[in-house]
Amino acid sequence: MLRIVKYVLYDILQNRIVIGYTLFLLAVSLGLFNLSGDPTKGLVSLLNVVLIVTPLVSIVFATIHFYNASEFIELLAAQPIRRSVIVWSEFIGLAVAMTLSILVGLGIPVALFAAGATGLTLVIVAVGLSVSFVSIALLASVLTRDKAKGIGVALLLWFYFALLYDALVLFLMFSFADYPLEKAMVAVIALNPIDLARVVVLLQMDISALMGYTGALFREFLGTGWGAGFAVIVLLLWVLVPIVVAVRVFRRKDL
Amino acid sequence: MRLLLNLLLVLSVFKLSATNLHVGAGQAFNTILSALAKAQSGDTIVVHEGIYTEGNLTINKSLSLIGIGYPILDGQHNCEILTVTASDVYIKGFEIRNSGQLSTLDVAGIKVLSASRVVIEDNRLRDCNFGIYLSDCNDCQVTRNDVQGIIKEEQNSGNGIHLWKCSRALVAENHLSGQRDGIYFEFVTDSEVRYNNSEQNLRYGLHFMFSHNDHYHHNRFHHNGAGVAVMYSRQVQMTENEFGYNWGGSAYGLLLKDISDSHIWKNNFEHNSAAVYMEGASRIILEQNQFRENGWALRVQASCDANVIRQNNFFGNSFDVSTNGSLVLNTFNGNYWDRYEGYDLNRDGVGDVPFRPVSLYAVVVERMPYGLMLMRSFMVYLMDKAEKIIPSLTPEQLMDDKPAMKPLGV
Repeated sequence: MLRIVKYVLYDILQNRIVIGYTLFLLAVSLGLFNLSGDPTKGLVSLLNVVLIVTPLVSIVFATIHFYNASEFIELLAAQPIRRSVIVWSEFIGLAVAMTLSILVGLGIPVALFAAGATGLTLVIVAVGLSVSFVSIALLASVLTRDKAKGIGVALLLWFYFALLYDALVLFLMFSFADYPLEKAMVAVIALNPIDLARVVVLLQMDISALMGYTGALFREFLGTGWGAGFAVIVLLLWVLVPIVVAVRVFRRKDL
Repeated sequence: MRLLLNLLLVLSVFKLSATNLHVGAGQAFNTILSALAKAQSGDTIVVHEGIYTEGNLTINKSLSLIGIGYPILDGQHNCEILTVTASDVYIKGFEIRNSGQLSTLDVAGIKVLSASRVVIEDNRLRDCNFGIYLSDCNDCQVTRNDVQGIIKEEQNSGNGIHLWKCSRALVAENHLSGQRDGIYFEFVTDSEVRYNNSEQNLRYGLHFMFSHNDHYHHNRFHHNGAGVAVMYSRQVQMTENEFGYNWGGSAYGLLLKDISDSHIWKNNFEHNSAAVYMEGASRIILEQNQFRENGWALRVQASCDANVIRQNNFFGNSFDVSTNGSLVLNTFNGNYWDRYEGYDLNRDGVGDVPFRPVSLYAVVVERMPYGLMLMRSFMVYLMDKAEKIIPSLTPEQLMDDKPAMKPLGV
């Protein structure tokens, strides 16, 4: 397995897109920190980049990579290697590559300009988000045979998680405004990795607003050690569940 | 000439009669009680170092009571410690601790009842139900005292400095913590509160009720349960105070309820859940204040009218202004908003496009508090942008016509 991971990783790291993505992250982070002057403001802007760009790049890149590597995967499948090993290696290779990109592109500027609990949370959350979207991408590509369709599905998924979901939540809030929705909201955030990531970082950043009113609920729930544990576990589930399902599907798939 | 000499003689006799009575181990008096019984009006009782557990001491003559080396008056949790019923009393340099506590009576460390010109300074009060309690007093001074309560439940705790129906009082340079309210004013007029530090109290750092024509300035209110409340008062001046870290579900930097004709000037609001919360406030001028990193900088309810909010600085607040209605009877003018994105073509320092400080999202959160969950979501950002261009839900009239382009030097 390690050897396959190594091959996948070499293949990805030589890819111009990954290098470009790393440089892009680096440029954006450095730019934002230098422009805003105030590191807290820089982090706020960076949060938006992390929540929009990293899931998009992860999901699209992972999908394209999986389809481009289809011949290599078929070759491997012809060898005496278990199919689950093939999918896991692809996943680990992609996850490590994305993590490296973020650590270099985002981690270094954050460490330079905004080292602290908020910065660290942001980087960890960015890594978690990327890896979970790689996992979602693999599930989507295993399920669809056609490359164009697969990329379309990946883009749709990103669109759903990044934009549609919040609009739907807002719509729900308006429709059920007469009901006590506080507790339901906590469940609702767990159903979207991007929302979960955002709330976890918010708990560090907009602490004054969250200290008041219902913010207290989120703070009590997610701000405590137990709540942070909950967030980590849910994010891990978002990483593990899609990839485990993908492995099961791939095992029975007619290549 | 002779008359003058006679007068001098009389004065000197009066002066001579003002004697010093020393209390303490190895002094003329063993107990303060015996000295109090012996003393005449105008005398000074000097209490030397030691622990005195004499129960309640009532001062009904115009005396000076001076402690040397902070003698301790211990109430052993069963009585009020000092009760003053005479005017012109001076109390200085005591450590007063462990007052009793009753649910029917406000038991205090030092209580002054219906007296004038009483001065209480440089005392330490520890674990007293109420610290210093002035009732129906005029021209009194409470300065440089340090009142520390031991945190209990709100209903069993008293206020640090409690003034009821007083006028022309001065409360200055005190330190108050761990009480219910740091400083409590009810029916107090023409008074001054300055350079106090009120922190970590269960409820309010400063609590004003029905108190008119008062001025409080240069005070520091930090980490209190609910901040500072000014209610049912008029003509209150609040200048150069610091309101900070008043955090919690119902915490405010400054709560203004049914207050009118007041002036809030050059205060500093940092890290409060809501820096200023206004309800039923009229004709208040809020100017040259700093609002930094609060949850809400201003929560102006629709019941407020004719208030002027001008030349303030707003930095990094999660919400700048929020309101609960569409009716706008207040004026915003010449503030600096860090969210302002307009331009200044003629370079006069004033933005050419008006700024609307209430975002659509602030309106949504006001209606549905749990909407806070969507904060900083890209969707919310898009909504706010759309609303900025065509206001539909946000009050259209609530805007700053002349927003400053640069932070104002305050």
